[in-house]
Amino acid sequence: MEAIEQLHARLSARFPDAAPTVVLNPGPAAQHSLLVPATQARAIAEFLRDDPELQLDTCSNVTGIDWPEREVTETVRRTVTEPPAADAPPGTAPAAKVVEEKVRRVVPGHLEVVYHLYSVARGHGPVILRLRTGDRGEKVALPSLTPVWRACEFQEREVFDLFGVVFTGHPDLRRLLMWDEFRNHPMRKDYVEPDDYEWEPTPHDRILAQARRHYPVPPTGSGEPAPR
Amino acid sequence: MNPAAQTPEPAPAPAAPAISDAERAELRRQGILLTSIEELYNWGRSNSVWPLQFGLACCAIEMIAASMARFDIARFGSEVFRPSPRQADLLIVSGTVTKKMAPQVVRLWNQMPEPKYCIAMGACAISGGPFKQGYNVLKGIDRYIPVDLYLPGCPPRPEALLHGLMELQAKIRAQPLTGPAAPAHLRPGADGGECVIPDFGPHDLEPPHDPARWQPPRLIRTE
Repeated sequence: MEAIEQLHARLSARFPDAAPTVVLNPGPAAQHSLLVPATQARAIAEFLRDDPELQLDTCSNVTGIDWPEREVTETVRRTVTEPPAADAPPGTAPAAKVVEEKVRRVVPGHLEVVYHLYSVARGHGPVILRLRTGDRGEKVALPSLTPVWRACEFQEREVFDLFGVVFTGHPDLRRLLMWDEFRNHPMRKDYVEPDDYEWEPTPHDRILAQARRHYPVPPTGSGEPAPR
Repeated sequence: MNPAAQTPEPAPAPAAPAISDAERAELRRQGILLTSIEELYNWGRSNSVWPLQFGLACCAIEMIAASMARFDIARFGSEVFRPSPRQADLLIVSGTVTKKMAPQVVRLWNQMPEPKYCIAMGACAISGGPFKQGYNVLKGIDRYIPVDLYLPGCPPRPEALLHGLMELQAKIRAQPLTGPAAPAHLRPGADGGECVIPDFGPHDLEPPHDPARWQPPRLIRTE
């Protein structure tokens, strides 16, 4: 199969308005992926399926990723001009100085859907597509690729159920694993499960905090014996 | 003539001495079968415990293996897996009970006639097991239905299920037919009671557990 750069070049020539970007995977797996703009996702998917050299006829996996809003600290270099010192001889040019500053930047959150495509006919793959939503609240609609690959149907329902991505054009978008009355999306990072703690002997981390809340240790001197 | 007026009140007959198992076996060799209705009744039903043909996860595979020739649950009279809860005596909750499945499990239990027994098979059915903190896993079926026997393992091997079944048979054999400890169907006026079938709520099952049957464990501090 052609390398991801070649594929990217071909897609950019074919879809000049909505060229995908390559997301490189620096790990040893080196499974690079294509970040596809949502507007053209359907057309690009059909191209990948029908292109005689690719023939990506199988979508083996659809999965979701939640990227919550996060704050990153970046170091930026900036050139500042300092006014000449008071005792400098007149006519001295202001000195240019490079300073490093730490800048905090908020990266907005979004949801991502990843498709793994294979070609059974040509025996190659995977080609990995990524689709991103606008944010995690209102703009969570993405075009469904179920009309292109029928295998996406249940997996897109699962992503809808657990992450809350709304796939427009999906033939039967209902919850898959949770019940219909359920209101949350449990695979999102900010999902808060019901506070239904049950004592267990060796709690850790989050469960330990829950255990302390449900079984508070009496303050010393309160008359109650200390826990062993 | 009133005999009571002339003869003194007869002393109450001494209670029949308890017969040991050895004496009873000796009598049986001589062709005399000594037993009680209770014993006969429990002997019959403990040797024909029909489970419900119902599986939830990997524990069900072990349950199926227990029913096949190598382990052969038929040796204990339980080979008749009934496809209808109306004909079943035993509910083997074999596997992870998801919250989405829990109302159906409770409904199956409610549809079974008394006397009925429940085995919570495997870590998941007992407590949620490795999925205890999961968003869609019930933390033990005993939150809704009364469990007679907890069978630990992940999953328990077929031998463990057979051991559990034998323990259940021993429990059935020891059940009195009268008094407050009798099975609900033999106690006049006692209603075994339908278990609460939970509803699907917006965030969790409602109620998350049946408060009458299950309470979260309390921590008792001792010096």
